[in-house]
Amino acid sequence: MVEVVVLGMLAVAAASLNGAFAGRPAEPFQEAARLLTLQRRRTARADVLLTRIGVVSLPLAAALAALVVPFGDRAAVGSGVGVVWFNAMEVVAWGAVWLAGWGVNSAFGLVGGYRFLAQGLAYELPHMFALITAALAAHSLDLRIIGEAQGGLWFAVWMPAAFAVYLVSALAMAFWGPFGHPVGGDAAGGVLAELSGPDRLVFLAGRYGLLTVAAAVAVPLFLGGGAGPWLPAWLWSPVKTCAVLALLVWTRRRFPVLRMDRAMTVAWTVLIPATVLQMLVVAIVVV
Amino acid sequence: MEDVAFWVLAVAAVASGVAVFVVDSMARATFALLASFLCVGAELLLIDLHYLGVLVILMMIMEMLVMAVFMVMYMMNPAGLMPMTMLHNTRGALAISGGAFVVLAAGIFTVPWPERAGRPPRDPTLALGESVMGPKMLVMMVIGIAILATMIATVVLATHRGRYDRDGAP
Repeated sequence: MVEVVVLGMLAVAAASLNGAFAGRPAEPFQEAARLLTLQRRRTARADVLLTRIGVVSLPLAAALAALVVPFGDRAAVGSGVGVVWFNAMEVVAWGAVWLAGWGVNSAFGLVGGYRFLAQGLAYELPHMFALITAALAAHSLDLRIIGEAQGGLWFAVWMPAAFAVYLVSALAMAFWGPFGHPVGGDAAGGVLAELSGPDRLVFLAGRYGLLTVAAAVAVPLFLGGGAGPWLPAWLWSPVKTCAVLALLVWTRRRFPVLRMDRAMTVAWTVLIPATVLQMLVVAIVVV
Repeated sequence: MEDVAFWVLAVAAVASGVAVFVVDSMARATFALLASFLCVGAELLLIDLHYLGVLVILMMIMEMLVMAVFMVMYMMNPAGLMPMTMLHNTRGALAISGGAFVVLAAGIFTVPWPERAGRPPRDPTLALGESVMGPKMLVMMVIGIAILATMIATVVLATHRGRYDRDGAP
């Protein structure tokens, strides 16, 4: 369970880092305190039950996904199908975002929810191919075994296309940075438009959680798991996670937001062929 | 403990299945159906079919979210937050579903179920992979390509944009 708690703390650190890039590292804490004391804004004839389910299931999905993330060779739950479990839990975000957008009965929220579904259809297939490529090379769906299988050469080095696609899809699943269209300013905040008070806080925390878990899973998949000199394996995993997470957070202020229909075009014409070719190369080398 | 979990999940699956036809909003109906599927996926996890269980959870979430788009789109009142009912042609539907239930229930009691032969494999995921991709490799590959081609063809036919008028510009 230590692993899940550490990832939770990293999620808070990610929020602080995002504030630090704007020159205000304490901003997320102030914002959290403000949101906790703020009264909820109510919309007319909102579906409160569905909104709450959507808002709560985002951080819940991140926490459940964190269960299978190994630090070194230890994970909170040693699952033999960790890759699939992680994939299933991050797909929960589709439901969470759509429900949160739909339930508040607001046009902007609805637009944001549908945008995320379209974006999901764009990133999910390349994402799955990238996951499968790493699993294929290690002959296992167990994240611990995949991490250990990279004794000689990190998967990030000899399957760069899969690694790059994984990082892109990590941004997309947390609707972060260039994939922030579902919460885009052009739709008055999209899904976030009508979420206020504690709802907004929980939802945003879930988004940081998802980003953190996606960064943490990149380590056993592509960055050699706990392998590294001097430090013990259980420490290398969080260190590498921090590096990936910092990279993901940094993209937000570096890249413009990509419209989801353009993301779709790129995903189907560039990313899917690239990952399929990558998988072919890996399959030929491994088998 | 496992028995308790089985019954809780079983009752929850049936109850949320019933909820699909009771609730008055398409969004709620969709997610009640999803909840039912998720309970079934968790039942698979209970009998140690980890890969199949997680796969059911993964695919059902994705599928039901895409379904939600279409179910809401084809509704009579697409707003969805307005009251609606999932029940149409109640008498005919009752006769058909009652008949189907009787036939299936009769099947349970009349079919001579085979005795269990062999034991569960050590790694069910590996066994599943070999039985699907071993002798049936060609069929599965053809089906996979066919599904992908169908998806791409449907999208190409459905979209009004050509490849030279991107971003909606004529």
